[in-house]
Amino acid sequence: MMNDAFDLRMMETHIEVHKFRAGAIVIATFLSLMLQAVVPVYIPKFAVLDLPLLVTIYFGLSRRNPSTGLLLGMVIGLLQDSLSGPTVPMGLYGIAKTIIGYLASSIGARLDTEHPAARFAMTMIFFVVHHGFVTLTRRVLLAEPEPWFTLRLLIAGAVNAVVAVFVFALLDRLRRS
Amino acid sequence: MAGIPSRHKSLVLLAGVILLQVVLLAVQIKRDSQGRLLRVWTVGAVSPFQRAGAKGIGNIRGTWTHYFALQNTSRDNEQLRRENDELKLQVNRLQSKAGEADRLAALLNFRQTQRNVPMLAARVIGTSADSASQTIYLDRGEHDGIRRNMGVITPDGVVGKVVESYRDTAQVLLLTDRESGVGAMLSDSRIQSPVGGTGEPLLSMKYIPTDDTVNMGEHVVTSGMDRIFPRDLPVGVVTEIKTGRPFQQVRVRPAANLQRLEEVIVLLTLHPLEQKKEPAAPPEGAAGKSVGGTAAVNP
Repeated sequence: MMNDAFDLRMMETHIEVHKFRAGAIVIATFLSLMLQAVVPVYIPKFAVLDLPLLVTIYFGLSRRNPSTGLLLGMVIGLLQDSLSGPTVPMGLYGIAKTIIGYLASSIGARLDTEHPAARFAMTMIFFVVHHGFVTLTRRVLLAEPEPWFTLRLLIAGAVNAVVAVFVFALLDRLRRS
Repeated sequence: MAGIPSRHKSLVLLAGVILLQVVLLAVQIKRDSQGRLLRVWTVGAVSPFQRAGAKGIGNIRGTWTHYFALQNTSRDNEQLRRENDELKLQVNRLQSKAGEADRLAALLNFRQTQRNVPMLAARVIGTSADSASQTIYLDRGEHDGIRRNMGVITPDGVVGKVVESYRDTAQVLLLTDRESGVGAMLSDSRIQSPVGGTGEPLLSMKYIPTDDTVNMGEHVVTSGMDRIFPRDLPVGVVTEIKTGRPFQQVRVRPAANLQRLEEVIVLLTLHPLEQKKEPAAPPEGAAGKSVGGTAAVNP
């Protein structure tokens, strides 16, 4: 029933729901976490990227189903938490990415987000919002003083948005035609 | 969820999933735990790939630098760097034999003063999956004798301490992490103060009274008070001093290059380390033993 209503809304707005090859989401998720955990050893500046976040945003925007979007965000976030240091309790990135997964899939269901410029803007906004939720969790739940906004955040957001345009184009190839 | 309108189901799911994670956070804070089970599973699943990835990247880079890019220069540089390291160690060895209570000599002398401390060389295979925490993963773990709270160093200075030890992997909290700290003192004035991470490349020496004199470029060494690191290991160099009340704000650049760590040395002991230096240096071969058949460091 829910799917029917969802499909009907898709038809009304003429926005396509993309399906992916088997295992594409799992492999993309795993690869993003692996690269995030290995590459900075050799290229420290790589740490500015948040590949798990980009994967969450991409599949949220493409699948356009808020339920699967938020669940994927939760899984990716919790895996990222578990690979992080002791200053990152389980759930910190989990909560932020759950919300981003939900927002991305909700927006993806209403807007066409296939154009590179749209993807750039979306990623930039989601990056800042993601940081906002991480900061909120740190401040409210963990009582840790964390700045809301820094110039570095803006630069990191722009870098991630540029990279997202190319990563998303790469992930488009995993779609089932 | 039968009575909930379909358009609200995802919203209810969102609220439920967030609530669940908030509870998870609260439980961790209350019990002061880190969700170890899930971390063990994830690290167990990922570390073989990290190891393979690190090896693969190392091989690719090695192939590239040795055979394609600046073939001879790169090789010569590597050779010279190795020779330079050996010469540095030799210089330090001579200094210690001359009986000078020099800061750098402490590192080389470490093996002699800590005869019973076995050390293990380990390779860095990964880093934390986020930019908020400063941790690295090593290719050695419980099987090799690594346990929580063991100190980690490089020939340049202190790196951090082991915060989690898994079967074949260990997680090290770097000095630069906000939660990190080491007992330290200024090498000239011998003023003691812990040095902690700030989450940024520079460390912070927090409790130096305003009346005490601190000089730019002064070396900071371990005080041995944390009972993890022996005395006089290099921690860093003072690079910034700001006046404040009641304490000065002193910034320290780490001695070890924490941004580019590829190999480290783990101090395989949980016993409080001896702080007193021994006057005579025993022969090299008499130094500690390896654990579990792995290569022990013998500087």
